[in-house]
Amino acid sequence: MLTNKEWIEPPMPRPPHWADRLLDRFVAPHRREDLQGDLQEIFLKRVTQVGLTQARREYGWAVLHYLTPFFYKRQTNKYPNPSTTDMLQNYLKIAIRNLTKNQVYSAINIGGLAVGMAVAMLIGLWVYDEFSFNQYHPNYDRIAQVMQHATSNGKVESQVANPAVMGPELRAKYGSNFKYVVQASWPGSYVLSVGDNHVSKEGIYFEPDGPAMLGLRMRQGTYAGLKDPYSIMLSESVAKSLFGNQNPMGKTLKVGRKYEVKVTGVYEDLPYNTSFRKVSVIMPWALWLIDNPWVKTMKKPWGSNFSQTYAQVADHVAMEDASTRIKNVKLDNLSKEEARYKWVAFLHPMRKWELYGEFKNGMNTGGQIKYVWMFGIIGVFVLILACINFMNLATARSEKRAKEVGIRKAVGSVRSQLVNQFFAESYLVVFLAFLVAVLLVLLLLPPFNEVADKKIEFLWNKPQFWFICLAFIGITGLVAGSYPAFYLSSFQPLSVLKGTFRVGKWAAVPRQALVVVQFTVSIVLIIGTIVVYQQIQHAKNRPIGYNRNGLVNLGVEKEIKEHFEAFRAELKEAGAIEEMAASSSPLTGVWNTNGGFDWAGKDPNLGVDFPNSNVTYEWGKTVGWKVKEGRDFSREFATDSSAFIINEAMKQFLPFKNPVGKILKWENKPYTIIGVVSDIMAESPFYPVRPSLYHIDSDTPWNMTIRLKAAKSPSQSIAVLEQIWRKYVPNVPFQYEFVDQQYGSKFKAEERIGTLSAYFAVLAIFISCLGIFGMASFIAEQRTKEIGIRKVLGASVMNLWQLLTKDFALLVLVACVIATPIAYYYLTDWLKGYDYRVDISWWVFVVAAIGALGITLLTVSYQSIKAALLNPVRSLRSE
Amino acid sequence: MKRTFLGEFEEVVLLVLAACADDAYGVVIWEQLQQQTGRSITISAVHATLYRLEEKGYLSSQLGGATSERGGRRKRFFALTALGSKALLEIQAMRQQLWEAIPNGKLQLIGQ
Repeated sequence: MLTNKEWIEPPMPRPPHWADRLLDRFVAPHRREDLQGDLQEIFLKRVTQVGLTQARREYGWAVLHYLTPFFYKRQTNKYPNPSTTDMLQNYLKIAIRNLTKNQVYSAINIGGLAVGMAVAMLIGLWVYDEFSFNQYHPNYDRIAQVMQHATSNGKVESQVANPAVMGPELRAKYGSNFKYVVQASWPGSYVLSVGDNHVSKEGIYFEPDGPAMLGLRMRQGTYAGLKDPYSIMLSESVAKSLFGNQNPMGKTLKVGRKYEVKVTGVYEDLPYNTSFRKVSVIMPWALWLIDNPWVKTMKKPWGSNFSQTYAQVADHVAMEDASTRIKNVKLDNLSKEEARYKWVAFLHPMRKWELYGEFKNGMNTGGQIKYVWMFGIIGVFVLILACINFMNLATARSEKRAKEVGIRKAVGSVRSQLVNQFFAESYLVVFLAFLVAVLLVLLLLPPFNEVADKKIEFLWNKPQFWFICLAFIGITGLVAGSYPAFYLSSFQPLSVLKGTFRVGKWAAVPRQALVVVQFTVSIVLIIGTIVVYQQIQHAKNRPIGYNRNGLVNLGVEKEIKEHFEAFRAELKEAGAIEEMAASSSPLTGVWNTNGGFDWAGKDPNLGVDFPNSNVTYEWGKTVGWKVKEGRDFSREFATDSSAFIINEAMKQFLPFKNPVGKILKWENKPYTIIGVVSDIMAESPFYPVRPSLYHIDSDTPWNMTIRLKAAKSPSQSIAVLEQIWRKYVPNVPFQYEFVDQQYGSKFKAEERIGTLSAYFAVLAIFISCLGIFGMASFIAEQRTKEIGIRKVLGASVMNLWQLLTKDFALLVLVACVIATPIAYYYLTDWLKGYDYRVDISWWVFVVAAIGALGITLLTVSYQSIKAALLNPVRSLRSE
Repeated sequence: MKRTFLGEFEEVVLLVLAACADDAYGVVIWEQLQQQTGRSITISAVHATLYRLEEKGYLSSQLGGATSERGGRRKRFFALTALGSKALLEIQAMRQQLWEAIPNGKLQLIGQ
């Protein structure tokens, strides 16, 4: 080492500079001096012997030989530096002492971080669940549902319903694109009986390739179980509930009351995060065709969409290519007249079913994915909030710990040791918080699943999960610990110990900025929660066009259909019901739509398609719709069998000013419009009601709607209803649903979002408050003397409270100002997805601001009043 | 017999050091070594060996005065410790024993 420059002044020839530098850097300090001296001596000798250039070359060469581990930093000091692992114990010991000494501080730190981590973990599990949807099926990436776009009423609508001939046609004409094509029914509930044991289960009818396409895990039997029309495949749990511990294979059971089928397979229950999760019974499509003979005798098999089609594309075919190739499959089979709807068939891949399930005007507009993003971002933010707390508290305490740092430095700690110590402390806290978080998640998973309608499990046995957790701990510890570690360790020991140390004027600025960030996030969440709630209430209060109190919905069985009038008469006689009627669509849904309408002045190229419900005469009286113009159906007019009642939306759609009495052609048969009724909200309460029609037809009513007597208790009436039902239909379980419950379920998705965002908002506020609570307590402590002096000089408690809370209130107000446009932007965007929506009113922002401010003041007040009430004699006595 | 482990090069370095009349330091030992053995040796090998021997306790060292030809750096003088001397003597004794154990005439045969 060139400690003394004058020794090597000019006259001396010099060895190469780079070599010396290398040696300096590489060779252990306690060896450097004599070693370099020797080299220098040899160098000088060689200069006289072989000249400067050669000597320099030799010198460089010699130096290179020292680059071995032997010379590199090997210490043989009498007092060796303790190795990091030895010190780690010491760091941890000090960290634990620090934590136990300041229990409030530790609780705030660990608790806040744990809550943040738990939220992030829950959201992570939820996001993972969403992304792994349907991945249970091994052919997940190659399965698709065949869907159709149709242009009706001037808009492109996308639907999953297909004609029953779709499957066979795809196989015949486009077979090379597909490995499997499976025509399927809609899932529905079926009564299965073995002897007197009846159970009602959700089932589906598949063509024989269905089980192989879905890659079911067979417990017994093979994928070929659907070859025979009178066969059935059961999930494990259904098999167990029907046959107990007996071997179900080959046993017979009854579906409904008509068909005896043989069990040909038992498969593992499907997990909850698949699209077919409810399906626990699979029956052959051939049996469905036997049950629905009209399908085979239809005159226009392509004209009606009433079943589903699934397909698995062949291994060498890209999904998109197959999708384009089949686009005209329906159109090619239609007459020119029917082609007006411009049917386009396409494949909707399975991996998009869950997250990208929405279509608008023929385009895929995403769907659930937006909530995955939203909650993902919230999760990250909540975690960041928790980390911010940690950093804030640590820096707030920095003045207290400055002395410790000073002493450590004076005693001989180097900076890296201090950094290590602070990191050890931060990792200890993060690790403890992680343990608490895992506990919290385990505790919260059941209620969370309830709210989110999921069956998420903790991923104990997924190595990826633990890897992510480790990374999570690593990053959180690093982020949370970095600021204190580098900031605190940079203190100058001299100034700290002399007492001249002052945290600069700007030291509080980053802390304040972080508080603003926290409250911005919290306030955005509060505003979001309020608006989501408003939107739900808005839709709930929307006029529904009928009176839903005391309405009960029942499925129609064959026996009831045959004796409908007798059944009705008996119920009315028993005094249980006000009125009852049957219809093809229930009140809370549209089960069928029809085309083929024509009227005077209609654009011949316009394809139209309307919800068109068959009803019985008393329908209007039962549901309590409001007749706006004309009259209700009546048995007194024989002509009502060819009459339409239309809703107000339909009136708007038709070009007639006074539609009553006008003729509407349907399949070239004239119908008279006899009345206009209020719009009945059958579909989503967030969208406009479609133009709809009602006509009398007692042939295909699939639903019964019953109005219970208002004077009697519903449970009494239901009991009577069940009794009379049993008389007619002894073998089928009596299953009913209240219409208001059915209606309420339309809000489930939005309510779920509302509840979740409310929880997150509460948690975000909680974490933010923990943070300022901690900070307020430190600031109060820091200013104890100042407060004491102010008190002695006559400041009132109120003055002092103001002094201490003012800063925080200001920060929260700044956060409000920042949060308002952000929340406005995102909520406007969210509301755009709904046609029937609230406007965001200004008072929402005011309420959120006042709320946040109020919570802040409450939090800070405890500490500031405590400080203000302190006896000044005490706080001033120490000096 | 309690053994002292010395490599061949270490032994030569020790012997050279023992043979040095004056105070010995790196450069001197390096030069002597090359002269005595006739091999070309890098200075770093000498340093590594000297330090290693010191760590093993066969040598002791002391820093001397600085001189200008060394750029103001001090010399490290090495001296044989008692352990070092004992080790050399033991090695010599062992070699002697072995020499005496060689049957007459054998060495000549091999030697030619």
